[in-house]
Amino acid sequence: MKAVLDAIPYARFLGVDTEQVDGVWHCVLPFQDGLVGNPRLPAIHGGVLGAFLELTALLRLVDQGGTERVPKPITFSIDYLRSAGPVTTRARADIFKLGRRIANVHVVAWQEDPARPVASGNGKFLL
Amino acid sequence: MGAGSPEPERVPTAEAGALASTSPRRYNPAVSDEPRYALGFMFGPGKPDMVSFTPHAQRLGIQVVETGPCFAVVRLPYRTELIGDPGRKVIFGGAITTLLDHASGLAIACSLEELRAIATIDLRVDYLRAAEPGLDLTGRIDCYRVTRNVAFVRGTAWDRRPDDPFASCMGSFMLGANPAGSPFTRLIPGDGTEQS
Repeated sequence: MKAVLDAIPYARFLGVDTEQVDGVWHCVLPFQDGLVGNPRLPAIHGGVLGAFLELTALLRLVDQGGTERVPKPITFSIDYLRSAGPVTTRARADIFKLGRRIANVHVVAWQEDPARPVASGNGKFLL
Repeated sequence: MGAGSPEPERVPTAEAGALASTSPRRYNPAVSDEPRYALGFMFGPGKPDMVSFTPHAQRLGIQVVETGPCFAVVRLPYRTELIGDPGRKVIFGGAITTLLDHASGLAIACSLEELRAIATIDLRVDYLRAAEPGLDLTGRIDCYRVTRNVAFVRGTAWDRRPDDPFASCMGSFMLGANPAGSPFTRLIPGDGTEQS
């Protein structure tokens, strides 16, 4: 998974990493000043959260499929639930349906408390 | 249509009228006919400092191309750092999400008579095709409805021509969601930075 992340320039640009906690696989987005969208709060840019969710979904599919080809996003939809503060964000993806051509992936992101998600996403990918 | 064939009768309906209208619906409070947009003074070509108060927009290299009543056009110059698919050299979809999210915030700020904090409720991006590697990406968002608490936007992103978009999006945004106020007040000369 680390090798896949390293191969994606945009993942390095955001500073995304992965970790395993009790066998469950997460993506990690450490906070940095360059991710801020609203400095008054401060809050992480909504686009960054969306991109982080999409990246987590994509990595989950690559991990699952073991395919050389990168799945192509068709639609990605993000629900913003709370303002994301200047701390580390984590995300976990679940594949809801893995079809022959299309995969449907749900992603959820949180900061300190997994029970208080900051954003969730749903993506459809062409495999 | 031949001269002999009768033209089907068209019954004008409110719905047809709404669909025919291409311009976004303006914020039009009952108190005034002509909206006085808070950022109206700066409508026109983008200025370099318009992203300077958004650290991530600055880091991505987003430029404001144009703003006007209820719309914004922004550009993301192509950078190899933003590639999501190393094989195809295509920019990662999430960077396009950021471009459109950012344009949405700006378009909504350009729809308000009084600046308020803007927070994304939801955003959906459809990837119609891959953006062409090496080309700058441009996004235009129109804010087509503002209510007391929520603003609704839609828009597209393209690489070569606006009529050949590679992505489209729809979103809804909460107004006045937090007490910190709008970062856009910084754009107003002599106003805002010490507001909260």
